[in-house]
Amino acid sequence: MPLAQLPLDAWHRARGGRMVPFAGYEMPIQYTGEHGGIVAEHEWTRTNASLFDVSHMGQLALSGEGAAAELEKLVPGAVTSLKEGRMRYSMLLTEAGGVIDDLMITNAGPHIALVVNGATKWDDIAHLREHLPDTITLNHFDDQALLALQGPKAGEVLEALIPGTGELTFMRAAYFNWDGIPLWVSRAGYTGEDGFEISVHADKVEQLAQALVADERVRPAGLGARDSLRLEAGLPLYGHDLTTDIDPVSAGLTFALSKKRRDVGGWMGHQACLTRLTEGSPTVRVGMALEGRMPAREGAKIFSGDTEVGIVTSGGFSPSLGHPIAMGYIQPAHAADGAQLEIEVRSKRLPATVSPMPFVPHRYFRGS
Amino acid sequence: MPRYFTDEHEWIDVEGESATVGITDYAQEQLGDIVFVELPDTGSQVEKGGEAAVVESVKAASDVYAPITGEVMETNGALEDEPALVNTSPEEEGWFFRMTIGDASELEGLMDDKAYKAFVDNL
Repeated sequence: MPLAQLPLDAWHRARGGRMVPFAGYEMPIQYTGEHGGIVAEHEWTRTNASLFDVSHMGQLALSGEGAAAELEKLVPGAVTSLKEGRMRYSMLLTEAGGVIDDLMITNAGPHIALVVNGATKWDDIAHLREHLPDTITLNHFDDQALLALQGPKAGEVLEALIPGTGELTFMRAAYFNWDGIPLWVSRAGYTGEDGFEISVHADKVEQLAQALVADERVRPAGLGARDSLRLEAGLPLYGHDLTTDIDPVSAGLTFALSKKRRDVGGWMGHQACLTRLTEGSPTVRVGMALEGRMPAREGAKIFSGDTEVGIVTSGGFSPSLGHPIAMGYIQPAHAADGAQLEIEVRSKRLPATVSPMPFVPHRYFRGS
Repeated sequence: MPRYFTDEHEWIDVEGESATVGITDYAQEQLGDIVFVELPDTGSQVEKGGEAAVVESVKAASDVYAPITGEVMETNGALEDEPALVNTSPEEEGWFFRMTIGDASELEGLMDDKAYKAFVDNL
């Protein structure tokens, strides 16, 4: 399949974006020039504010009588009790408890808004359409772009440009009007920093991106920094740390299994998750800190002594910490914080210590 | 002192009986921020086109190949503390290793400065 272009494709190229194939799109992995590079973009996000184009992600909407209740049959989180303007992290699960995708669910008033991963959006749509009754309308807002503004200065920057956005707290969303342009703004993100995701029509996204980077506190950042930031934040990446072979309990995402709905059931994958909760998982997701500078990447085997106990699913160098970090799945007996392990990289054994995640503390804005 | 280039973006400076190897400015630009360089052991044999070193950027690991066959005589210890030298000075301070020239005829197939520039311009 030929690669699709983002609405901001020309804008990225004009700013020195190095475009690579990702999720079926040509996307900037990093920018060149004075302020470019993954490490510089990463550090800018941790200290100022960065603009990420995440328009590859799927923006979906469910509407119709009982849409929340019907969606609840496919996810482990509570949707019917979600108040207007509130959002929740959840997952689409198979009957066996495997993760089809992880997603954000927001009560957007007239509809339920879903933001799903770019690489999985077509499968998600097929899954939703297959299991939702015909009375529920599924819209794909494929003419909407999505920008993420992330970093400790994101709040003040966006408030200056779009007054009122500063009143949103973490995991809340609202409509705004910016010079006649309608925006759907969520206070959330994938970096561990305070920040927003802004949905805007593709025809207007360049105007918004331009207005954001006109603020000297804002610089564009690419996929490379997005990945190193989310890894430091301990956030799983679908297709790597989450797959249909992995269930939410093994992934350490039990917070996303509504306590009440664990008992009541009535959602796809419930029985499988319940079994995991009572009997435990053969492997669990952990964070690991490595010494030295040599990173361990996805696929590297994890050892305790001579015994292979797991595998790395994401790994890289942490620009904020100055050493490599990784996440992976290991047998629970070796998963305690502080446990000493070894990761095999090119037939060398690198010492690794099981570490609590996030590696770098989250700094979400929960109200002042 | 003639400098040759490979189509895998290594450079090799020939100095009499030995040669110095590194990666080109184009290569470091493509790799991005380099966080670690795994160098071959001194005294080890490398073969033309065979893996000789590994460069780790934030994002990925990439192999560096030996431009010619020979024995590794010395590696650049400065890269241990400051792998970013490969980004800031790829064709001077960021050199990887010095090696013997096992077979001088292997140099003949490599590109000179001008040919490499044309090669990169066409990528």
